[in-house]
Amino acid sequence: MDNALANVVRPQPVMEGLAKEFYDGCGRGELRFQRCTRCGTFRHIPRELCAECGCFDWEWARSSGLGTVFSYTVVARALHPAFMNATPYAAAIVELEEGVRILSNVVDCPPEELRIGMPVRVDFEKQAGQVTLPVFRRR
Amino acid sequence: MGSARSIALKDSACIVGIGETAVCRKPGSGLSETALQLKAIAAALDDAGLEAREVDGILPFPNLGRAEAFAASLGCENLRFAATLNLGGAAPVAALRMAAMAVASGCASYVLVPAGWNGYSGARTREIAATDSESIPGAKVARDYYQPFGLSAPPQWYALMAQRHMHEYGTREEQLGAVALAMRRHAQLNPGALMCGKPMTMGDYLASPMICAPYRLLDCCLETDGAAAYIVTSRERARDLRQKPVTIMGAASGQPYPADDIVNRKDFHRTGLTTAAPEAFAMAGVTPADADFAQIYDCFTFEVIQQIEEAGFCRRGEGGAFVENGGIELGGRLPVNTHGGLLSQAHLLGVGHVTEAVRQLRHEAGERQVEDAEIGVVTGWGDFGDGSIAILRRGD
Repeated sequence: MDNALANVVRPQPVMEGLAKEFYDGCGRGELRFQRCTRCGTFRHIPRELCAECGCFDWEWARSSGLGTVFSYTVVARALHPAFMNATPYAAAIVELEEGVRILSNVVDCPPEELRIGMPVRVDFEKQAGQVTLPVFRRR
Repeated sequence: MGSARSIALKDSACIVGIGETAVCRKPGSGLSETALQLKAIAAALDDAGLEAREVDGILPFPNLGRAEAFAASLGCENLRFAATLNLGGAAPVAALRMAAMAVASGCASYVLVPAGWNGYSGARTREIAATDSESIPGAKVARDYYQPFGLSAPPQWYALMAQRHMHEYGTREEQLGAVALAMRRHAQLNPGALMCGKPMTMGDYLASPMICAPYRLLDCCLETDGAAAYIVTSRERARDLRQKPVTIMGAASGQPYPADDIVNRKDFHRTGLTTAAPEAFAMAGVTPADADFAQIYDCFTFEVIQQIEEAGFCRRGEGGAFVENGGIELGGRLPVNTHGGLLSQAHLLGVGHVTEAVRQLRHEAGERQVEDAEIGVVTGWGDFGDGSIAILRRGD
Protein backbone atom coordinates (compact mmCIF):
# COMPACT_ATOMS: atom_id res chain seq x y z
CA MET A 1 0.00 0.00 0.00
CA ASP A 2 1.14 3.50 -0.82
CA ASN A 3 2.96 5.20 2.04
CA ALA A 4 1.03 8.38 1.40
CA LEU A 5 -2.03 6.48 2.54
CA ALA A 6 -0.51 5.93 5.98
CA ASN A 7 -1.87 9.30 7.08
CA VAL A 8 -5.42 8.44 6.12
CA VAL A 9 -7.84 9.13 8.96
CA ARG A 10 -9.40 6.12 10.64
CA PRO A 11 -12.98 5.46 9.66
CA GLN A 12 -15.36 7.13 12.08
CA PRO A 13 -18.96 6.34 12.84
CA VAL A 14 -21.29 8.83 11.25
CA MET A 15 -22.56 10.84 14.19
CA GLU A 16 -26.26 10.90 13.55
CA GLY A 17 -29.32 9.18 14.94
CA LEU A 18 -28.87 6.24 17.29
CA ALA A 19 -25.16 5.89 16.48
CA LYS A 20 -24.60 9.44 17.74
CA GLU A 21 -26.49 8.69 20.95
CA PHE A 22 -24.46 5.51 21.49
CA TYR A 23 -21.08 7.18 20.93
CA ASP A 24 -22.06 10.33 22.84
CA GLY A 25 -22.50 8.05 25.84
CA CYS A 26 -19.01 6.68 25.30
CA GLY A 27 -17.75 10.27 25.24
CA ARG A 28 -19.11 10.65 28.77
CA GLY A 29 -17.44 7.42 29.86
CA GLU A 30 -20.62 5.38 29.76
CA LEU A 31 -21.17 2.21 27.77
CA ARG A 32 -24.92 2.10 27.22
CA PHE A 33 -27.17 -0.25 25.35
CA GLN A 34 -30.80 0.05 24.41
CA ARG A 35 -33.17 -1.75 26.78
CA CYS A 36 -36.79 -2.43 25.90
CA THR A 37 -39.05 -0.76 28.44
CA ARG A 38 -41.68 -3.48 28.03
CA CYS A 39 -39.80 -6.79 28.10
CA GLY A 40 -36.44 -5.55 29.40
CA THR A 41 -34.39 -7.11 26.60
CA PHE A 42 -31.05 -5.42 25.90
CA ARG A 43 -30.01 -4.92 22.30
CA HIS A 44 -27.01 -3.90 20.21
CA ILE A 45 -26.70 -2.80 17.30
CA PRO A 46 -29.08 0.09 18.14
CA ARG A 47 -32.40 -0.34 16.36
CA GLU A 48 -35.79 1.29 16.29
CA LEU A 49 -37.83 -1.38 18.05
CA CYS A 50 -37.50 -4.53 20.12
CA ALA A 51 -37.23 -7.61 17.90
CA GLU A 52 -38.33 -9.76 20.88
CA CYS A 53 -41.65 -8.11 21.66
CA GLY A 54 -42.23 -5.47 18.97
CA CYS A 55 -42.22 -2.56 21.42
CA PHE A 56 -41.04 0.82 20.11
CA ASP A 57 -40.31 2.19 23.59
CA TRP A 58 -36.81 1.83 24.94
CA GLU A 59 -34.25 3.51 27.13
CA TRP A 60 -30.48 3.74 27.23
CA ALA A 61 -29.29 1.56 30.09
CA ARG A 62 -25.75 1.67 31.37
CA SER A 63 -23.74 -1.53 31.03
CA SER A 64 -21.52 -2.84 33.79
CA GLY A 65 -18.80 -2.81 31.16
CA LEU A 66 -17.77 -6.30 32.25
CA GLY A 67 -17.64 -9.10 29.74
CA THR A 68 -15.63 -11.88 28.19
CA VAL A 69 -14.02 -12.36 24.79
CA PHE A 70 -16.42 -14.35 22.58
CA SER A 71 -14.25 -14.43 19.47
CA TYR A 72 -11.40 -12.40 18.04
CA THR A 73 -8.96 -11.89 15.23
CA VAL A 74 -5.48 -10.44 15.28
CA VAL A 75 -4.92 -8.29 12.24
CA ALA A 76 -1.35 -8.74 11.06
CA ARG A 77 -1.72 -6.99 7.74
CA ALA A 78 -3.97 -3.96 7.61
CA LEU A 79 -6.58 -3.94 4.87
CA HIS A 80 -7.43 -0.28 5.47
CA PRO A 81 -4.66 2.31 5.04
CA ALA A 82 -5.43 4.06 8.32
CA PHE A 83 -4.47 0.93 10.27
CA MET A 84 -1.15 0.33 8.45
CA ASN A 85 0.93 1.47 11.42
CA ALA A 86 -1.30 -0.15 14.03
CA THR A 87 -0.57 -3.81 13.26
CA PRO A 88 -0.70 -6.20 14.90
CA TYR A 89 -3.95 -5.27 16.60
CA ALA A 90 -6.70 -7.32 18.16
CA ALA A 91 -10.36 -6.94 17.32
CA ALA A 92 -12.73 -8.95 19.43
CA ILE A 93 -16.37 -9.71 19.95
CA VAL A 94 -17.00 -9.06 23.64
CA GLU A 95 -20.03 -10.61 25.31
CA LEU A 96 -21.20 -8.34 28.12
CA GLU A 97 -22.94 -9.30 31.33
CA GLU A 98 -26.17 -7.84 29.95
CA GLY A 99 -26.13 -10.51 27.22
CA VAL A 100 -25.35 -8.31 24.24
CA ARG A 101 -22.18 -8.56 22.21
CA ILE A 102 -20.10 -5.72 20.79
CA LEU A 103 -17.24 -5.61 18.32
CA SER A 104 -14.32 -3.69 19.77
CA ASN A 105 -10.57 -3.76 20.34
CA VAL A 106 -8.72 -5.42 23.18
CA VAL A 107 -5.88 -3.08 24.06
CA ASP A 108 -2.80 -3.57 26.21
CA CYS A 109 -2.87 -7.33 25.72
CA PRO A 110 -0.16 -9.01 23.65
CA PRO A 111 -2.08 -10.60 20.74
CA GLU A 112 -0.65 -14.04 21.48
CA GLU A 113 -2.15 -13.92 24.97
CA LEU A 114 -5.68 -13.22 23.75
CA ARG A 115 -8.07 -16.07 24.50
CA ILE A 116 -11.75 -16.73 24.01
CA GLY A 117 -13.33 -16.50 27.45
CA MET A 118 -10.82 -13.93 28.72
CA PRO A 119 -12.50 -11.51 31.18
CA VAL A 120 -12.35 -7.89 30.03
CA ARG A 121 -13.57 -4.50 31.20
CA VAL A 122 -14.57 -1.52 29.09
CA ASP A 123 -12.42 1.58 28.78
CA PHE A 124 -12.71 4.54 26.45
CA GLU A 125 -10.33 6.01 23.87
CA LYS A 126 -10.84 9.40 22.32
CA GLN A 127 -9.98 9.30 18.64
CA ALA A 128 -8.07 11.91 16.66
CA GLY A 129 -11.47 13.04 15.39
CA GLN A 130 -14.02 13.78 18.07
CA VAL A 131 -15.49 10.35 18.59
CA THR A 132 -14.73 8.30 21.69
CA LEU A 133 -14.68 4.55 21.11
CA PRO A 134 -15.29 1.86 23.70
CA VAL A 135 -12.30 -0.50 23.98
CA PHE A 136 -11.59 -3.34 26.39
CA ARG A 137 -8.77 -4.23 28.74
CA ARG A 138 -7.97 -7.53 30.42
CA ARG A 139 -9.25 -7.76 33.98
CA MET B 1 -38.35 -24.76 6.62
CA GLY B 2 -39.09 -25.98 3.11
CA SER B 3 -42.66 -25.67 1.97
CA ALA B 4 -44.90 -27.44 -0.50
CA ARG B 5 -45.18 -24.20 -2.40
CA SER B 6 -41.46 -23.97 -3.18
CA ILE B 7 -41.28 -27.67 -4.02
CA ALA B 8 -43.44 -26.87 -7.05
CA LEU B 9 -40.32 -25.44 -8.69
CA LYS B 10 -38.65 -28.85 -8.76
CA ASP B 11 -37.31 -29.80 -12.20
CA SER B 12 -39.05 -26.88 -13.89
CA ALA B 13 -35.97 -25.12 -15.31
CA CYS B 14 -32.63 -25.96 -16.88
CA ILE B 15 -29.25 -24.34 -17.40
CA VAL B 16 -28.73 -24.40 -21.14
CA GLY B 17 -25.71 -22.20 -21.78
CA ILE B 18 -22.47 -21.28 -20.02
CA GLY B 19 -19.66 -18.92 -20.93
CA GLU B 20 -16.42 -17.70 -19.39
CA THR B 21 -13.65 -15.32 -20.38
CA ALA B 22 -9.99 -16.06 -19.79
CA VAL B 23 -8.85 -14.99 -16.34
CA CYS B 24 -5.77 -13.03 -15.36
CA ARG B 25 -4.04 -10.82 -12.84
CA LYS B 26 -1.27 -8.83 -14.55
CA PRO B 27 -1.57 -7.04 -16.92
CA GLY B 28 -5.33 -6.96 -16.43
CA SER B 29 -8.14 -7.71 -18.84
CA GLY B 30 -7.80 -4.41 -20.69
CA LEU B 31 -11.59 -4.33 -20.92
CA SER B 32 -14.28 -2.51 -19.00
CA GLU B 33 -16.22 -4.66 -16.56
CA THR B 34 -19.24 -4.35 -18.86
CA ALA B 35 -17.27 -5.46 -21.92
CA LEU B 36 -15.75 -8.32 -19.97
CA GLN B 37 -19.20 -9.56 -18.96
CA LEU B 38 -20.54 -9.15 -22.51
CA LYS B 39 -17.76 -11.45 -23.75
CA ALA B 40 -18.82 -14.13 -21.27
CA ILE B 41 -22.47 -13.57 -22.20
CA ALA B 42 -21.68 -13.97 -25.91
CA ALA B 43 -19.92 -17.23 -25.13
CA ALA B 44 -22.92 -18.47 -23.13
CA LEU B 45 -25.36 -17.56 -25.91
CA ASP B 46 -23.18 -19.34 -28.44
CA ASP B 47 -22.95 -22.37 -26.17
CA ALA B 48 -26.76 -22.49 -25.93
CA GLY B 49 -27.34 -21.77 -29.59
CA LEU B 50 -29.46 -18.73 -28.72
CA GLU B 51 -29.71 -15.27 -30.27
CA ALA B 52 -29.20 -12.41 -27.83
CA ARG B 53 -32.54 -10.87 -28.78
CA GLU B 54 -34.28 -13.97 -27.41
CA VAL B 55 -33.09 -13.13 -23.89
CA ASP B 56 -35.94 -11.47 -21.97
CA GLY B 57 -34.65 -11.72 -18.44
CA ILE B 58 -31.36 -10.49 -16.91
CA LEU B 59 -30.19 -10.81 -13.29
CA PRO B 60 -26.96 -8.80 -12.91
CA PHE B 61 -24.57 -9.13 -9.96
CA PRO B 62 -24.85 -6.40 -7.30
CA ASN B 63 -22.90 -3.24 -8.26
CA LEU B 64 -21.54 -4.74 -11.47
CA GLY B 65 -23.89 -3.42 -14.11
CA ARG B 66 -27.53 -2.79 -14.81
CA ALA B 67 -29.87 -5.01 -16.77
CA GLU B 68 -30.83 -2.06 -18.99
CA ALA B 69 -27.24 -1.55 -20.10
CA PHE B 70 -26.69 -5.22 -20.86
CA ALA B 71 -29.98 -5.37 -22.76
CA ALA B 72 -29.10 -2.29 -24.81
CA SER B 73 -25.71 -3.69 -25.80
CA LEU B 74 -27.10 -7.11 -26.64
CA GLY B 75 -30.20 -5.99 -28.51
CA CYS B 76 -32.65 -7.53 -26.05
CA GLU B 77 -35.68 -5.56 -27.22
CA ASN B 78 -38.11 -7.42 -25.01
CA LEU B 79 -36.51 -7.31 -21.57
CA ARG B 80 -39.42 -8.10 -19.25
CA PHE B 81 -37.76 -9.52 -16.16
CA ALA B 82 -34.82 -7.91 -14.35
CA ALA B 83 -33.62 -7.84 -10.76
CA THR B 84 -30.47 -7.74 -8.68
CA LEU B 85 -30.26 -9.90 -5.58
CA ASN B 86 -28.33 -8.13 -2.84
CA LEU B 87 -26.68 -11.23 -1.46
CA GLY B 88 -23.07 -10.53 -2.45
CA GLY B 89 -21.32 -13.69 -3.56
CA ALA B 90 -24.47 -15.70 -2.86
CA ALA B 91 -26.30 -13.82 -5.62
CA PRO B 92 -25.38 -15.94 -8.67
CA VAL B 93 -26.65 -19.17 -7.11
CA ALA B 94 -29.68 -17.40 -5.61
CA ALA B 95 -30.30 -16.18 -9.16
CA LEU B 96 -30.64 -19.80 -10.25
CA ARG B 97 -33.79 -20.06 -8.17
CA MET B 98 -35.05 -16.68 -9.25
CA ALA B 99 -34.46 -17.55 -12.91
CA ALA B 100 -36.28 -20.85 -12.38
CA MET B 101 -39.21 -18.98 -10.81
CA ALA B 102 -39.32 -16.63 -13.78
CA VAL B 103 -39.28 -19.25 -16.51
CA ALA B 104 -41.58 -21.64 -14.61
CA SER B 105 -44.18 -18.92 -14.14
CA GLY B 106 -43.88 -17.63 -17.67
CA CYS B 107 -42.52 -14.22 -16.59
CA ALA B 108 -39.51 -14.82 -18.84
CA SER B 109 -38.37 -17.34 -21.44
CA TYR B 110 -34.58 -17.05 -21.31
CA VAL B 111 -32.87 -15.59 -18.25
CA LEU B 112 -29.26 -14.47 -18.35
CA VAL B 113 -27.08 -14.33 -15.22
CA PRO B 114 -23.70 -12.64 -15.72
CA ALA B 115 -20.97 -11.59 -13.32
CA GLY B 116 -17.50 -10.33 -13.95
CA TRP B 117 -15.03 -7.73 -12.80
CA ASN B 118 -11.52 -6.44 -12.90
CA GLY B 119 -10.93 -7.77 -9.42
CA TYR B 120 -7.18 -7.43 -9.86
CA SER B 121 -6.56 -4.51 -12.16
CA GLY B 122 -9.54 -2.43 -11.06
CA ALA B 123 -10.55 -1.33 -7.58
CA ARG B 124 -9.58 -4.14 -5.24
CA THR B 125 -12.15 -5.51 -2.85
CA ARG B 126 -10.36 -4.25 0.23
CA GLU B 127 -10.11 -0.77 -1.23
CA ILE B 128 -13.80 -0.71 -2.04
CA ALA B 129 -14.54 -1.75 1.52
CA ALA B 130 -12.25 0.95 2.87
CA THR B 131 -13.74 3.75 0.85
CA ASP B 132 -17.38 2.96 0.14
CA SER B 133 -19.32 1.83 3.18
CA GLU B 134 -22.61 1.87 1.30
CA SER B 135 -21.52 -1.00 -0.94
CA ILE B 136 -20.23 -3.25 1.83
CA PRO B 137 -22.22 -5.85 3.72
CA GLY B 138 -24.22 -4.47 6.59
CA ALA B 139 -23.72 -0.95 5.20
CA LYS B 140 -24.23 1.40 8.16
CA VAL B 141 -23.70 -1.35 10.72
CA ALA B 142 -20.22 -2.00 9.36
CA ARG B 143 -19.55 1.68 8.90
CA ASP B 144 -20.56 2.72 12.41
CA TYR B 145 -19.74 -0.35 14.51
CA TYR B 146 -17.04 -2.44 12.74
CA GLN B 147 -14.80 -0.21 10.65
CA PRO B 148 -13.82 2.17 13.48
CA PHE B 149 -12.27 -0.84 15.23
CA GLY B 150 -10.15 -1.79 12.24
CA LEU B 151 -12.31 -4.48 10.69
CA SER B 152 -13.11 -3.22 7.21
CA ALA B 153 -12.93 -6.20 4.87
CA PRO B 154 -14.37 -9.71 4.50
CA PRO B 155 -11.45 -11.85 5.76
CA GLN B 156 -11.41 -9.84 8.98
CA TRP B 157 -15.14 -10.30 9.62
CA TYR B 158 -15.15 -13.96 8.67
CA ALA B 159 -12.06 -14.63 10.80
CA LEU B 160 -14.28 -14.00 13.83
CA MET B 161 -16.51 -16.88 12.71
CA ALA B 162 -13.57 -19.18 12.02
CA GLN B 163 -11.89 -18.46 15.34
CA ARG B 164 -15.04 -19.24 17.31
CA HIS B 165 -15.56 -22.47 15.37
CA MET B 166 -11.97 -23.50 16.11
CA HIS B 167 -12.59 -22.78 19.80
CA GLU B 168 -15.87 -24.69 20.02
CA TYR B 169 -15.09 -27.66 17.81
CA GLY B 170 -11.34 -27.94 17.79
CA THR B 171 -11.04 -27.14 14.09
CA ARG B 172 -7.32 -26.85 13.34
CA GLU B 173 -5.25 -24.67 11.04
CA GLU B 174 -4.10 -27.75 9.11
CA GLN B 175 -7.77 -28.40 8.32
CA LEU B 176 -8.12 -24.92 6.89
CA GLY B 177 -4.96 -25.73 4.96
CA ALA B 178 -6.49 -28.95 3.63
CA VAL B 179 -9.15 -26.84 1.91
CA ALA B 180 -6.54 -24.60 0.27
CA LEU B 181 -4.54 -27.65 -0.83
CA ALA B 182 -7.56 -29.41 -2.34
CA MET B 183 -8.45 -26.35 -4.43
CA ARG B 184 -4.84 -26.01 -5.54
CA ARG B 185 -4.62 -29.68 -6.53
CA HIS B 186 -7.76 -29.36 -8.63
CA ALA B 187 -6.36 -26.25 -10.30
CA GLN B 188 -3.44 -28.35 -11.55
CA LEU B 189 -5.97 -30.23 -13.70
CA ASN B 190 -7.58 -27.06 -15.05
CA PRO B 191 -5.54 -25.33 -17.76
CA GLY B 192 -7.81 -22.29 -17.33
CA ALA B 193 -6.95 -21.90 -13.64
CA LEU B 194 -4.66 -19.09 -12.60
CA MET B 195 -2.77 -21.43 -10.26
CA CYS B 196 -2.35 -24.23 -12.81
CA GLY B 197 1.34 -25.13 -12.76
CA LYS B 198 1.82 -23.69 -9.27
CA PRO B 199 1.34 -26.56 -6.83
CA MET B 200 1.26 -25.96 -3.07
CA THR B 201 2.28 -28.02 -0.04
CA MET B 202 1.10 -27.87 3.57
CA GLY B 203 4.51 -26.38 4.34
CA ASP B 204 3.84 -23.60 1.83
CA TYR B 205 0.45 -23.02 3.40
CA LEU B 206 1.72 -22.83 6.97
CA ALA B 207 4.60 -20.57 5.92
CA SER B 208 2.37 -18.05 4.18
CA PRO B 209 2.08 -14.75 6.04
CA MET B 210 -0.73 -14.19 8.52
CA ILE B 211 -3.33 -11.67 7.33
CA CYS B 212 -5.84 -11.81 10.19
CA ALA B 213 -5.72 -14.85 12.42
CA PRO B 214 -6.60 -17.57 11.70
CA TYR B 215 -6.43 -16.49 8.06
CA ARG B 216 -3.11 -16.59 6.26
CA LEU B 217 -2.53 -15.35 2.75
CA LEU B 218 -3.20 -18.83 1.35
CA ASP B 219 -6.56 -19.02 3.11
CA CYS B 220 -7.74 -16.12 0.94
CA CYS B 221 -9.30 -16.23 -2.51
CA LEU B 222 -7.55 -14.82 -5.55
CA GLU B 223 -8.22 -11.35 -6.89
CA THR B 224 -8.55 -11.68 -10.66
CA ASP B 225 -10.00 -10.14 -13.80
CA GLY B 226 -12.59 -12.27 -15.55
CA ALA B 227 -16.26 -12.91 -16.19
CA ALA B 228 -18.72 -15.76 -16.52
CA ALA B 229 -22.39 -16.14 -17.41
CA TYR B 230 -25.12 -18.74 -17.60
CA ILE B 231 -28.57 -18.97 -19.19
CA VAL B 232 -31.70 -20.59 -17.76
CA THR B 233 -34.86 -21.59 -19.58
CA SER B 234 -37.83 -23.89 -19.01
CA ARG B 235 -37.42 -27.65 -19.24
CA GLU B 236 -39.61 -27.68 -22.35
CA ARG B 237 -37.62 -25.01 -24.20
CA ALA B 238 -34.35 -26.63 -23.12
CA ARG B 239 -35.11 -29.69 -25.24
CA ASP B 240 -34.87 -27.62 -28.42
CA LEU B 241 -31.45 -26.15 -27.68
CA ARG B 242 -27.92 -27.17 -28.59
CA GLN B 243 -26.61 -28.58 -25.32
CA LYS B 244 -27.64 -31.42 -23.11
CA PRO B 245 -29.53 -29.52 -20.40
CA VAL B 246 -28.69 -29.45 -16.72
CA THR B 247 -31.85 -29.50 -14.62
CA ILE B 248 -32.38 -27.43 -11.48
CA MET B 249 -33.81 -30.07 -9.14
CA GLY B 250 -33.96 -27.81 -6.13
CA ALA B 251 -32.77 -24.35 -5.16
CA ALA B 252 -33.07 -22.04 -2.21
CA SER B 253 -31.43 -19.07 -0.57
CA GLY B 254 -31.47 -17.71 2.93
CA GLN B 255 -30.01 -15.27 5.38
CA PRO B 256 -28.59 -15.52 8.87
CA TYR B 257 -30.32 -13.57 11.65
CA PRO B 258 -29.67 -10.76 11.98
CA ALA B 259 -28.25 -10.61 8.46
CA ASP B 260 -26.64 -7.18 8.84
CA ASP B 261 -24.72 -7.94 12.06
CA ILE B 262 -22.31 -10.83 12.51
CA VAL B 263 -21.78 -10.14 16.19
CA ASN B 264 -25.19 -10.58 17.83
CA ARG B 265 -26.43 -13.90 16.50
CA LYS B 266 -27.98 -16.21 19.07
CA ASP B 267 -26.77 -19.15 17.02
CA PHE B 268 -23.39 -17.79 15.98
CA HIS B 269 -22.83 -20.48 13.34
CA ARG B 270 -26.18 -20.25 11.60
CA THR B 271 -25.82 -18.86 8.08
CA GLY B 272 -28.22 -18.48 5.20
CA LEU B 273 -27.31 -21.96 4.06
CA THR B 274 -28.49 -23.46 7.36
CA THR B 275 -32.10 -22.93 6.33
CA ALA B 276 -31.65 -22.89 2.55
CA ALA B 277 -30.00 -26.31 2.25
CA PRO B 278 -32.79 -28.42 3.78
CA GLU B 279 -35.31 -26.49 1.69
CA ALA B 280 -33.37 -27.13 -1.53
CA PHE B 281 -32.73 -30.81 -0.80
CA ALA B 282 -36.41 -31.34 0.08
CA MET B 283 -37.39 -29.69 -3.19
CA ALA B 284 -34.95 -31.88 -5.11
CA GLY B 285 -36.05 -35.03 -3.31
CA VAL B 286 -32.47 -36.09 -2.65
CA THR B 287 -30.05 -35.90 0.27
CA PRO B 288 -26.51 -34.50 0.54
CA ALA B 289 -25.21 -38.08 0.28
CA ASP B 290 -26.61 -38.26 -3.27
CA ALA B 291 -24.28 -35.51 -4.53
CA ASP B 292 -21.43 -36.61 -6.78
CA PHE B 293 -19.60 -33.31 -6.22
CA ALA B 294 -20.11 -29.86 -4.72
CA GLN B 295 -18.91 -26.48 -5.96
CA ILE B 296 -18.77 -24.49 -2.73
CA TYR B 297 -18.19 -20.73 -2.63
CA ASP B 298 -14.66 -20.56 -1.27
CA CYS B 299 -13.92 -16.93 -0.51
CA PHE B 300 -11.82 -18.19 2.41
CA THR B 301 -10.96 -21.68 3.54
CA PHE B 302 -13.09 -21.82 6.67
CA GLU B 303 -16.21 -20.82 4.74
CA VAL B 304 -15.89 -24.10 2.83
CA ILE B 305 -15.83 -26.07 6.09
CA GLN B 306 -18.74 -24.07 7.46
CA GLN B 307 -20.85 -24.55 4.33
CA ILE B 308 -20.10 -28.28 4.19
CA GLU B 309 -21.52 -28.47 7.71
CA GLU B 310 -24.49 -26.17 7.24
CA ALA B 311 -25.44 -27.79 3.92
CA GLY B 312 -25.68 -31.09 5.77
CA PHE B 313 -22.76 -32.99 4.23
CA CYS B 314 -21.71 -33.63 7.82
CA ARG B 315 -22.76 -32.47 11.27
CA ARG B 316 -21.75 -29.10 12.65
CA GLY B 317 -18.27 -29.37 14.11
CA GLU B 318 -17.25 -32.29 11.89
CA GLY B 319 -16.29 -30.22 8.84
CA GLY B 320 -12.62 -30.06 9.76
CA ALA B 321 -12.30 -33.84 9.76
CA PHE B 322 -14.43 -34.03 6.61
CA VAL B 323 -11.97 -31.99 4.52
CA GLU B 324 -8.85 -33.81 5.73
CA ASN B 325 -7.10 -36.74 4.06
CA GLY B 326 -8.35 -35.93 0.59
CA GLY B 327 -12.00 -35.93 1.64
CA ILE B 328 -12.88 -33.06 -0.69
CA GLU B 329 -10.39 -33.89 -3.44
CA LEU B 330 -11.19 -35.70 -6.68
CA GLY B 331 -11.52 -39.36 -5.71
CA GLY B 332 -12.55 -38.41 -2.16
CA ARG B 333 -15.99 -38.70 -0.60
CA LEU B 334 -17.12 -35.31 -1.95
CA PRO B 335 -14.98 -33.62 -4.60
CA VAL B 336 -15.27 -29.86 -3.97
CA ASN B 337 -14.45 -27.10 -6.44
CA THR B 338 -13.13 -29.29 -9.20
CA HIS B 339 -12.06 -26.19 -11.16
CA GLY B 340 -9.91 -24.84 -8.36
CA GLY B 341 -12.46 -22.44 -6.96
CA LEU B 342 -11.98 -18.82 -5.95
CA LEU B 343 -8.88 -19.94 -4.09
CA SER B 344 -6.97 -21.34 -7.07
CA GLN B 345 -8.91 -20.92 -10.32
CA ALA B 346 -10.13 -17.31 -10.31
CA HIS B 347 -12.62 -15.06 -8.54
CA LEU B 348 -15.58 -15.22 -10.90
CA LEU B 349 -17.96 -14.10 -8.14
CA GLY B 350 -19.64 -17.50 -7.85
CA VAL B 351 -20.82 -17.82 -11.44
CA GLY B 352 -17.70 -19.89 -12.08
CA HIS B 353 -19.00 -22.43 -9.57
CA VAL B 354 -22.21 -22.75 -11.59
CA THR B 355 -20.43 -23.07 -14.93
CA GLU B 356 -18.11 -25.74 -13.51
CA ALA B 357 -21.07 -27.68 -12.12
CA VAL B 358 -22.67 -27.60 -15.57
CA ARG B 359 -19.43 -28.71 -17.21
CA GLN B 360 -19.19 -31.65 -14.81
CA LEU B 361 -22.79 -32.68 -15.43
CA ARG B 362 -22.29 -32.51 -19.19
CA HIS B 363 -19.22 -34.73 -18.67
CA GLU B 364 -17.04 -32.10 -20.31
CA ALA B 365 -14.58 -31.47 -17.47
CA GLY B 366 -11.64 -33.25 -19.06
CA GLU B 367 -8.93 -34.45 -16.70
CA ARG B 368 -10.86 -33.28 -13.66
CA GLN B 369 -14.13 -34.99 -14.61
CA VAL B 370 -15.96 -36.67 -11.73
CA GLU B 371 -16.73 -40.09 -13.14
CA ASP B 372 -20.39 -40.66 -14.03
CA ALA B 373 -21.45 -37.43 -12.33
CA GLU B 374 -25.26 -37.30 -12.26
CA ILE B 375 -26.09 -34.94 -9.38
CA GLY B 376 -24.11 -31.91 -8.26
CA VAL B 377 -24.49 -29.22 -5.64
CA VAL B 378 -23.45 -25.59 -5.99
CA THR B 379 -23.48 -23.02 -3.18
CA GLY B 380 -23.05 -19.30 -2.79
CA TRP B 381 -21.86 -17.30 0.22
CA GLY B 382 -22.07 -13.56 0.49
CA ASP B 383 -22.03 -10.52 2.70
CA PHE B 384 -22.28 -11.51 6.39
CA GLY B 385 -23.22 -15.13 5.70
CA ASP B 386 -26.05 -14.95 3.18
CA GLY B 387 -26.38 -18.34 1.56
CA SER B 388 -27.70 -19.98 -1.57
CA ILE B 389 -27.70 -23.52 -2.91
CA ALA B 390 -28.87 -25.42 -5.94
CA ILE B 391 -29.04 -29.14 -6.61
CA LEU B 392 -28.46 -29.89 -10.28
CA ARG B 393 -28.96 -33.02 -12.38
CA ARG B 394 -27.47 -34.17 -15.66
CA GLY B 395 -30.05 -34.10 -18.46
CA ASP B 396 -33.71 -33.17 -18.25
